[in-house]
Amino acid sequence: MQNIVVIGNGMVGYKFCEKFVSHSNKKNFKLTVFGEEPRPAYDRVHLSEFFENQDAKALEMASAEWYTENGIELIVGERVTDIHRPSKTITTASDLKLSYDYLVLATGSSAFVPPIKGVEKEGVFVYRTIEDLEGMLAYAAKLKASNPNAKAAVLGGGLLGLEAGKAVMDMGLEPHIVEFAPKLMPRQLDSRSSQVLQLKLESIGLNIHLSKATNQILGNGAITGMEFGEDDVLDVEMLVISAGIRPRDELAKTCNLEMGVRGGIIVNNKMQTSDDRIYAIGEIALYNQMIYGLVAPGYEMAGVAVDQILGKPERLMADDIDMSTKLKLIGVDVASFGEPFMPASKGHSVIFEDKTKHLYKRINVSHDGKTLLGGILVGDASDYNMLHQVYLNGMAIPKNPAELILPASEGGKSFGSVMDLPDTAQVCSCESISKGDICCSITENGSNNLGDVVAKTKATTGCGGCKPMVVDLVNGTLKSLGKEVKETVCEHFNFNRQELYDLIKINKVADYDEAINLFGEGHGCEVCKPILASIFATITMETANRQPTIQDTNDRFLANIQRNGTYSVVPRVAGGEITPDQLITIGVVAKKFDLYTKITGGQRIDLFGAQIHELPLIWKELIDAGFESGHAYGKSLRTVKSCVGSTWCRYGMHESVTFAIEIENRYRGLRSPHKLKGGVSGCIRECAEARGKDFGLIAVEGGWNLYVCGNGGATPKHAVLFAEQLDDEMAIKYLDRFLMYYIRTAGPLVRTAPWLDKLEGGIEYLKQVVIEDSLGIAEELELEMQGLVNKYECEWKQAIENPEMMKRFKHFVNSDDTDDNLVFVPMRDQKMPKAWV
Amino acid sequence: MQEILKQYESVNEADVKNWFEVGNVSDFPENSGACIKYKSKQIAVYNFTRTAKWYACQNLCPHKMEMVLSLGMIGDKGGIPKVACPMHKKNFSLEDGSNLAGEDLKIATYPVKIKNGIVYIGFSD
Repeated sequence: MQNIVVIGNGMVGYKFCEKFVSHSNKKNFKLTVFGEEPRPAYDRVHLSEFFENQDAKALEMASAEWYTENGIELIVGERVTDIHRPSKTITTASDLKLSYDYLVLATGSSAFVPPIKGVEKEGVFVYRTIEDLEGMLAYAAKLKASNPNAKAAVLGGGLLGLEAGKAVMDMGLEPHIVEFAPKLMPRQLDSRSSQVLQLKLESIGLNIHLSKATNQILGNGAITGMEFGEDDVLDVEMLVISAGIRPRDELAKTCNLEMGVRGGIIVNNKMQTSDDRIYAIGEIALYNQMIYGLVAPGYEMAGVAVDQILGKPERLMADDIDMSTKLKLIGVDVASFGEPFMPASKGHSVIFEDKTKHLYKRINVSHDGKTLLGGILVGDASDYNMLHQVYLNGMAIPKNPAELILPASEGGKSFGSVMDLPDTAQVCSCESISKGDICCSITENGSNNLGDVVAKTKATTGCGGCKPMVVDLVNGTLKSLGKEVKETVCEHFNFNRQELYDLIKINKVADYDEAINLFGEGHGCEVCKPILASIFATITMETANRQPTIQDTNDRFLANIQRNGTYSVVPRVAGGEITPDQLITIGVVAKKFDLYTKITGGQRIDLFGAQIHELPLIWKELIDAGFESGHAYGKSLRTVKSCVGSTWCRYGMHESVTFAIEIENRYRGLRSPHKLKGGVSGCIRECAEARGKDFGLIAVEGGWNLYVCGNGGATPKHAVLFAEQLDDEMAIKYLDRFLMYYIRTAGPLVRTAPWLDKLEGGIEYLKQVVIEDSLGIAEELELEMQGLVNKYECEWKQAIENPEMMKRFKHFVNSDDTDDNLVFVPMRDQKMPKAWV
Repeated sequence: MQEILKQYESVNEADVKNWFEVGNVSDFPENSGACIKYKSKQIAVYNFTRTAKWYACQNLCPHKMEMVLSLGMIGDKGGIPKVACPMHKKNFSLEDGSNLAGEDLKIATYPVKIKNGIVYIGFSD
């Protein structure tokens, strides 16, 4: 058993532990790790997220238990003070002694504090650790209590400085960035892209001061300002210094390891220092005369060191280290790759700039126009992954390189597919995962979805920037194997509708917010909100009044929005049967509110041109006369159309109107993945066009024939025969099961016909499930449907009886005026909206 | 119709001449929008409760010139707060008013300020 001691438990130190744990030869080694900070390693790259939740645990790379479980001894809050090379031992501040066979230095760096007069004043901070942030937060809170408009400056307009700027802004202080160079992010951006970034950042409230050399920090005890020139002063009450890093190499000095002139411990391509038992990795290692301040090279160094020590000597650090990087700075995409600033002697640049949209894209191309050498993207880095791969793999580029960066409307084309990349292409640079690793995980190692691939390869778990490519690779590979690719509802939920239905039901999720907090990310959109609204409705039969703001506009106002922003009103006329008195009521209401009136395709009457504030007034009168909502606005049961049937028709076999009314009233208000329509015909002449509906019943000798999964519309489809000669009771039983199974399993906005098309086994399988109960869920489906039927209530009645719900039926919040932009013109004794210009 | 559109021009917070009071925070539905009137303008106001942010823009959708944006569903696209027009689901950024599909449509945005539970919209006229 040999001892490995790691000094430093930052991101790179942690990565060493992680690589160690997954190494086949680890049983021959004992690993001890010292961390100076009071907690285990955390994600410093995302430090500014600490302000959003102030949850240090959320940033942890791994919990303290993880180290224990993996047999690693982690000692935090303990600083190593000396290395004794002859005896191969170390000593800590509390005089602990430990011997090593291999020592790994991963002490990282500290913030560089320039020697400015007054830098020791109260209110001056560095931006490096969680403790630094906690100090800043406490100080900011104190400042804001006495002055709500307090200002804070960040010294340094580099990558970290801008992150600190965001932190300061999130604290509610007026943020100022002070940079010595004449541009922001001088190491990564050229002057033009830097100007675009500056414009964007200024537009969101950052104040930027360039070419400023700070002479001294003003204030008596606490900082009150920064002085640049004689009369050039910026009043600020807090300062965050983010002017670069210095390697924490003081330990190397105690034992005479070879060092660079400006700091850093010199290492070879095995990550060995001048002492072959001592390794250095991360921001303390001086490799090829450079300190690498990015996390990806640090991770690579950790991997090399583990392999070198545990026995895989052929793994070496590459000579060229890719410094390409993509990040989101205060919500702005910034990326640079390859050679961002290329001298004209080496090639040409193609530049696209649109300051109105805060966009800048530059690519550098070799003189022969065949090779991509590097580039810069600001404002929109969605092309980064592909461009980066083209650059890394020396792939061919279009004849007109501008196509790579032009917006689609200007002749740009989306370039290539990730599946075209060579297997060796590195997709996840944080974890060094190639395209081949990802594809093999599926083709050879049994991964079946993105989750499996991530768990097995660790791709995307670093910065996450490669996620879109990994998703495309996983989907592309699954598709090439003929496996089903999971369709997720939108960017906010990585699930399909059926999975969401199950998750919400099983976990008894209360509302949309809880659902997105538990199973989603971001803040939703017009795609996932109505899908979840529909799911909630089909689990609990809640009306659109409970969560109105996740409903599509039609459901939110319980009416159909029309061309000019007015609404139409459709009361339910079950089975199309209507009394003269009901007709008169509709006529009276339509006249009173001056509504355009038309008979619909579903045997009811549509009243057009109502303004939002009129809707409740109209419905009050309709409800008083016994009408209820027709749900014409919802993805829900619309109508069950009928012919007049045996009660009047000389050919009629059964009472089609009676049965249509019974069915329509049974499923009224039922929300589903898409609209649902039904029909009941009294004989095979089929006057109700029942086979053009999602479900249809046609009277025959001995009962009803049931047809399912038809529709009219753009792609008409006849419903197919499902069961014959059913009595009323059996017909409803099958309908309950069929509809509930469809509601549970269909994708969003998929009607019954395309749902059946995709259902494996087709109509025969559907018959097995519904008629023969092959899944053993028939009774459950019936019970669920009966539960929904029992809970029905008219949502319009519910709304007009509740003053809180009525509040939304108003055009203006701050005025009782109505929309004065509406213009109607006469048409055939009625009215219509004035045509668009 | 074009005259109606001309009334709406984005206002930067620095150019605000009039912080116009439009109601209490509680008058505006959570994670949703509502419409307010300022002179002859209709302004959509959005209360992003999830992020504790407020946005305002013209109520007029420039696509078909309807006063409907306040009725649209809100959310985000890759972190950018947005509204989807209820008519044809055109998506607009509430940060800069641009069309998120890159179409040549733009809406005017206005700064919102909350003070002591009162909502103010910033106008330059």
